[in-house]
Amino acid sequence: MSLDFQIFCKSTYAEEFSPRCFGEYFQFGHPGNDPTYLDWLLRAWGWTVSVSLLALLIALVIGISIGTLRTLSRDSLFNKFCILIANAWVELFRNIPVLVQVFLWYHVIPMMIPSLKSFPSFLLVSIALGFFTSARIAEQVKAGIFSLPKGQRFAAQSLGMNQVETYRFVLLPIAMRIVIPPLTSECMNIVKNSSVAFAVSISELTLFAMQTQEETSKGIEMYLAVTALYILTAFSINRIMALIENKTRIPGFISGKSPS
Amino acid sequence: MNPYLIKSPMKNFKKLSPVALTLLLSWSFLSQANAAGTLEKISASKTITMGVRDSSGALSYTLGDGKYTGFHVEICKRVIVDLEKKLKTSIKTDYQVVTSQNRIPLVQNGTVDIECGSTTNNATRQKDVSFAVTTYVEEVRIAVKADSNITSIAQLANKKVATTTGTTSVQLLRKNERANGINFEEIFGKDHADSFLLLESGRADAFVMDGSILAGNIANSKNPKDFKIVGEVLSVEPIAIMIRKDDPDFKNAVDTSIKAMMKDGTIAKMYKQWFMEPIPPKGNRVGLELSENTKNAWANPNDKPAEEYLKK
Repeated sequence: MSLDFQIFCKSTYAEEFSPRCFGEYFQFGHPGNDPTYLDWLLRAWGWTVSVSLLALLIALVIGISIGTLRTLSRDSLFNKFCILIANAWVELFRNIPVLVQVFLWYHVIPMMIPSLKSFPSFLLVSIALGFFTSARIAEQVKAGIFSLPKGQRFAAQSLGMNQVETYRFVLLPIAMRIVIPPLTSECMNIVKNSSVAFAVSISELTLFAMQTQEETSKGIEMYLAVTALYILTAFSINRIMALIENKTRIPGFISGKSPS
Repeated sequence: MNPYLIKSPMKNFKKLSPVALTLLLSWSFLSQANAAGTLEKISASKTITMGVRDSSGALSYTLGDGKYTGFHVEICKRVIVDLEKKLKTSIKTDYQVVTSQNRIPLVQNGTVDIECGSTTNNATRQKDVSFAVTTYVEEVRIAVKADSNITSIAQLANKKVATTTGTTSVQLLRKNERANGINFEEIFGKDHADSFLLLESGRADAFVMDGSILAGNIANSKNPKDFKIVGEVLSVEPIAIMIRKDDPDFKNAVDTSIKAMMKDGTIAKMYKQWFMEPIPPKGNRVGLELSENTKNAWANPNDKPAEEYLKK
């Protein structure tokens, strides 16, 4: 099997080599070059990263909020109502396959809410992916908070803290540190799950591979390049999360290794 | 007898992966197909296997319930009637659904005797299979909404253009783009229905694809009057009935039958029936006028590959 990676320097306009590999974007004083498959690959990578990061932002904000709401103590009507809503959210979004959710956001919901029709599909996919992941993150945050001894909540209350202060200063700081490892997995999953965006015409890495292997009949090279970029992206996120875990560690607590 | 001699192949057989098993099976089919020409095979078994498509526009599609029809399927049915006369026997037709990915291997290995779908006759494929004379010439066109003011490629500048992932029509468009110095945004639908939905929902301004696919999608849409096919022909591709390679007797029999249909005008009537008049099951009209290219192919029957068409 021989691999021909020079294909990436070919122009997407014609079956010719472009004078420069970065035809379109990095012209270095050679304007007017045709875009190459390398340009297209990088643009596709940009879409994958953009969809993943926006979805991750949505997932973290909603996931942490919903996860926290699920752990409220059932001592008032308001709390019970919040728990009900949060439980419903998690069950709704984790029981539907992610691809179906993407289709729902792209095809069905804009029919019901016409103002969504003007939304770019990039945003709709990010919402779908973000909501799906938020249900998973909510479960992890809930598990993190429940893993704390009950006495912590009581101690905070006996100090005169109200509900918001209890979470803000006592429960969440430790619980969030505990759930960093499963959150790392979720953050990496979101990059991998972003490949479903091809189904609604986002020209991200998966769509790039599917289209270019047909155009160039160099499927192996295209898929290898795409695989490498997925690994690079997911692994970068892994390293960033490891860094965060390391920097926020408190020696002596559950989440911190004993000082060495 | 040494028991290990019997045992060891069995052990290996269990380890055979499904892939290897498939290869083995197709190899046995291949050797069977090579054993005799298709004509001998048909007259011996009194059956012929026709390769058909689930939904290839009006060329070949299913009515459900194991029934298939379409312009190419009906041509093949007439060819089989002629074969019955030639072989002086009745022939039973078995249908085998094929896809873009498996149609060539299935013809090569003898599973399918005559493929009546929407296969482009090109030079690469001619290395593996053979084609009957071209019965339909596909034109790559642009579909837009009826109220759109786009009438040619030049007006696609800064517009969103939909096409289907895994097809090559968009490459033609890019070449045009460069020649005319215009710029447009490509959107890829995951299949033809999805690309059409992009156009229908306004997420794309135009849909570039084979004319018959555009016409078929428009005919099946909620409101066919909302769409129109415009602009110059971007490319032409000869579409033909596919048969096994290196079987001159069978090719000759099929070609003779089709050429007779071209000569006495049967094929023109059939074209009208499938492309201009309401077709089953929904009674929709494709409404694709007979093109000059197809007319020429009927006037001068040939099995030239797509590359020859592009040379002109």
